[in-house]
Amino acid sequence: MDFITAHGFAILFYAFAAAAVVASCFVVTMRNPMYGAIALLVTFLSVAALFLLRHAEFLAFVQVFVYGGGIMVLFLFVIMLVNLHRLKETRMFGQNAPVAAIVGLLLLGLFASVFVGLAFAPADAAPAAFVTVDGAAAGNSQAVAWSLYRDYLLPFEIVSVFLLVAMIGAVVLGRKQ
Amino acid sequence: MLEIGTQHYLVLSVVLFVIGVTGILVRRNMITVLMSIELVFNAANLNLIAFSFQHGNLTGQIFVIFTIAVAAGEAAVGLGILLALFRLRNTTQLDSAREMEG
Repeated sequence: MDFITAHGFAILFYAFAAAAVVASCFVVTMRNPMYGAIALLVTFLSVAALFLLRHAEFLAFVQVFVYGGGIMVLFLFVIMLVNLHRLKETRMFGQNAPVAAIVGLLLLGLFASVFVGLAFAPADAAPAAFVTVDGAAAGNSQAVAWSLYRDYLLPFEIVSVFLLVAMIGAVVLGRKQ
Repeated sequence: MLEIGTQHYLVLSVVLFVIGVTGILVRRNMITVLMSIELVFNAANLNLIAFSFQHGNLTGQIFVIFTIAVAAGEAAVGLGILLALFRLRNTTQLDSAREMEG
C-alpha cells in the first residue's frame, strides 16, 4: 500500500502508457477497421489520462470530447457507411509491407540512438504558469483561455477559418456527383 | 525509474509515432491509414504537453489545441476523400486508386 501511495503517478503513467501502446498496435494490425476504431478510442482515452498526469487538465477533456467524441463518431459513421463485407478475400498489407516494416524499425532505432543518455532536469511539480492569471490563482482552463484569447488570438481566428474551409471541403467531397 | 520525467513521455511518444508511421506505410485499407495518422498526431501532442510541463510554459498546451483542430479538419477531409474513392471504385483499398482520372 505504501508503494502505491508513494509511486501512484508512476504506476498510472506505466499503466496508461502500456494501454496506449497495446491499443495502437491493435489499430494497425486489426483486419476489421471497426475493432481498430475501438482500439483507437482506447488509445485516445489513455493519452487523455497521460495529459492529466502532466497537469494539462483542460486539454485532457478537449482530447476526450474532440477525439473520443467527434473524430471517433466520424470514423465509426464512415466505417458503417462503407459496409465492408468482402474483407476476407482482400489482402491486409501492401506489396511493399516488409520494406515499410524495416523502415519503421530503422526509424525506431534512429530515435532510440538520440534518446540514449538523454536526461532532463526534474520539472516543477505544479508549474505556476498553468494555474495563474496575472499572478492570481486560477484553474488550468482559465489560464489556457487567458493565454489563448490574449496572446494567440490571431492564430485562433485563423484556425476557425481553417475549420470552415475543411468543413466546406468535406461537404463538397462527400456530396453525390 | 519511478520518477516520471519528460524523457518517459518522449519514449512513449516515439513508440506511438513509429507504430503510426508503420501503420500508414504497411496497411492497404484507407480507413486504417487515416486512423494511423491520428496516432501520429497523438504522439506529437504528447511531446508538446511533456515539454510544456518541463518548461512550465503554457504555449505547448495552446499549440496542442491548434493541432487537435487541424487533426479534426484532416479527419473530415480524409474521410470525405475516402467516401469519394468508395463511390468511384466501390472499395477502400488504397492501391485501387492508381490513376489520376476516374
